[in-house]
Amino acid sequence: MYGTRVVVLGAGIVGAACARELAEAGLEVTVIERDRPAGGTTSHGEGNVLVSDKGPGPELALTLLSMRLWPQVLAALADRGAADTAAVEWDPKGGIVVATTEDGAAELDRFAAAQRAAGVLVERLDSAALAAAEPRLTREVTAAFHYSGDAQVQPAGAATALLSAAVAAGATVRTGCEVLGGTVRGGRLIGVRTSAGAQDADIVVNATGPWSGDVSARIGAPIAVRPRRGEVLVTTPMPPTVFHKVYGADYIAAVGSGSAALQTSAVVESTRAGTILLGSSRRQVGFDDRLRPHVLSAIAVKALRLFPCLADTAVMRCYGGFRPYVDDHLPVMGPDPRLPGLWHATGHEGAGIGLSVGTARLLRQLVLGETPDIDTTAFRVDRPAVLGASNATTTHKERGLA
Amino acid sequence: MAVRQVAVVGAGPAGLAAAEAALSAGATVTVIESAEQPGGQYHRMLPRAYQATHPQRLQHHWRAFERRRRALLHPDCTWWPECTVWALEQAEPGMPPRVHVLDGSVDGTGRPRRVLEPDALVLATGVHDRVLPFPGWELPGVFTAGAAQALAKGERVVVGDRVVIAGTGPFLLPVAASLTEAGAGVLAVLEANRPATVLRGWASRPWELAAQVGKAAELAEYVVGQVRHKVPYAMGQAVIEARGDGRVEEVVIARVDPDWSVIAGSERTLAVDALCVSHGFSPQLELPMAAGCALTAAGFVEVDEDQRCSAPGVYAAGEITGIAGAPAAVAEGTVAGWFAAGGAPAAVSAARRRAAAGRAFARRLARAHPIGTAWPDWLREQTVVCRCEETTYAALCRAAGAPTREDPRAVRLATRAGLGPCQARICGQTVTEITARAREQADAPRAEPHRRPIAQPIRLGELAAPAAQAGPSDRPNMKESES
Repeated sequence: MYGTRVVVLGAGIVGAACARELAEAGLEVTVIERDRPAGGTTSHGEGNVLVSDKGPGPELALTLLSMRLWPQVLAALADRGAADTAAVEWDPKGGIVVATTEDGAAELDRFAAAQRAAGVLVERLDSAALAAAEPRLTREVTAAFHYSGDAQVQPAGAATALLSAAVAAGATVRTGCEVLGGTVRGGRLIGVRTSAGAQDADIVVNATGPWSGDVSARIGAPIAVRPRRGEVLVTTPMPPTVFHKVYGADYIAAVGSGSAALQTSAVVESTRAGTILLGSSRRQVGFDDRLRPHVLSAIAVKALRLFPCLADTAVMRCYGGFRPYVDDHLPVMGPDPRLPGLWHATGHEGAGIGLSVGTARLLRQLVLGETPDIDTTAFRVDRPAVLGASNATTTHKERGLA
Repeated sequence: MAVRQVAVVGAGPAGLAAAEAALSAGATVTVIESAEQPGGQYHRMLPRAYQATHPQRLQHHWRAFERRRRALLHPDCTWWPECTVWALEQAEPGMPPRVHVLDGSVDGTGRPRRVLEPDALVLATGVHDRVLPFPGWELPGVFTAGAAQALAKGERVVVGDRVVIAGTGPFLLPVAASLTEAGAGVLAVLEANRPATVLRGWASRPWELAAQVGKAAELAEYVVGQVRHKVPYAMGQAVIEARGDGRVEEVVIARVDPDWSVIAGSERTLAVDALCVSHGFSPQLELPMAAGCALTAAGFVEVDEDQRCSAPGVYAAGEITGIAGAPAAVAEGTVAGWFAAGGAPAAVSAARRRAAAGRAFARRLARAHPIGTAWPDWLREQTVVCRCEETTYAALCRAAGAPTREDPRAVRLATRAGLGPCQARICGQTVTEITARAREQADAPRAEPHRRPIAQPIRLGELAAPAAQAGPSDRPNMKESES
């Protein structure tokens, strides 16, 4: 495979992680980014590295693989220099999922039991343990589970560090360079046409997140990845108040929902800078990024239900982004059967930060023809949810609480 | 045709003129102002609690202002003082945005939310001082010139007995005047630009242009005041450092080149107890940005000759379209209010001419008092650039220098510059310029630092409470209007 020219489209965290793996495998990697590294979805989320919201199934397997890889990746980045590692701001803070109704408690119980059976570290907290772990949380909790595996990164820092590692391994990054179309010869993709000229490639990896649908259509092999809008509120810096990633059990149902309408659920956590991030919302509104006060209000209502003590805390900004959404809620990775030479690594919805390193490892193994660390069948491109709206209505992934 | 409802944000000279014009064109008007009193920065008034017998002291054009603020008592005008616009929501295509208001002052609690859906929106939110960082700029006793003037005008508080005023722009003179009137001792006024730069910027017949927008008399008065109070005024000199133990005690003054590089060996120190700095102004752009208004290359709100912005139904007036002083702001406000209310063009042709002259004046003013590009050389590695997050100059340069961190957002996230409570209002432009300089890029994007979809902080409890739709005559807080 030495001398194989790979073009990775997109310098978000998934593209950066793929570029790093492929460059370190000795391939000749060029990253093409329409705008700037980590400027899109990557820098518009919370930096979730979560196991707690994944029910048993292929996505959990990918999560557990990523969880094994993150410490190795961090160690490798640390070898390159302290600045990169510091920029990642890896924080293994752990997650706490709470239910506030009896029904919710029963469902959460079942969900956690199934996860435990699948190898997830999860521990039920009694009210004393919960009060010790999150003293400011509402006492109106019917069940709470602690996930020691949940972590958070500063996502733009993580993506930048991964991309720097790719560059150190020989990759080239071309920014401000938009893909206009593919160059096909003999039924095979042999390069892309960009706003800055043509770029030859033996392999093109589409890692453009929520823009993957549009980019793949330009190349001539459209996949059904669509944007799903989310918003996050940021408070003014405050003394330590929230110590874990704390979220309501309805988050898991909202993540797994296929509805285009607004879904909100409480996700509350603090950052190293002392701010508290409050999520989350999910809407399918195309790439409409206009502010919607009613969405922010709905987020505030749910957040206050978990942390009533925050009522007088000021929100100083909000930001929003677009998750790459696939109807069956599973990532897309592997070769496109319709167009040899085209590969995809996308569709992670809100989990792309955490799943980036596992996805990149699997992609490298698939490209090199090695046996992947986990079964990738569920992520294949050739499935109804990915290859067209006509087939996309049938399968909805079974999720624990959905 | 139904009566048009016009919302005006800001009750400074431009906003009041807009309200007056919109009322005379037959509209119903709601004026939203974050302060307790109308007047903005220019006619900053003493709080009512002071019961001043001579409120017009330190004020210009007081009679016109008195007349204009009577517009707020008009039966078709609703006056919302101490109200905060926290968001603009672009809802209906072709319509101005919905105006989301908190009924209470900027730092209030438990403020009810109200929503206005006007037929036209006039933004007259003004500017705040731009201050460049320099070693020691965060010391107590270092003021923005605007803050020092506000203290003098609005509280009759004197910032010091040995004050240096430094920076660039004609605003240095009225600040010196306000301070000396209020009893401060002003040691020197230092304009960093040289006479050649200023004269070239004004081009030919500058006084004629100034007269056109009513600024000549005011400028002349400041000059007379300077002479009377014997305040030395020097050009081509800058304060490049403030020093002191817990408080400013001395400043380092240097002669500077036209690009503001320090002329080696020209540094001298001067003992002071206060320093006022002003490096021009930054327009308050969060609301225009939220409304979807385009900006000019110079970073102000783009308007046509009717003061119309690129966003439908939105008008802008006053200093957010360019710095030209209060009389030009009044002309712009008149034009904006009149057209926002659907008035016929012929009636405001004089104001339109004055507004156009004001824009020409603003362009010359900007040319005459540019920010020299070499100011970052004044900084040291440990100089704090973002005061909220304490980001140093060295940290910023390091982050901006990383080849994979080209995105300004990635630089901000890596250094936290501009992410603190002021939300980059103070340092946004500075960070953009330092970042661009670190990468040797000429044209850094300007708009991004001003994107603040949440225009003012809102408490979670306020956000969680439902909003009330406000009609044109709702007076949310029933505050007594100033008569």
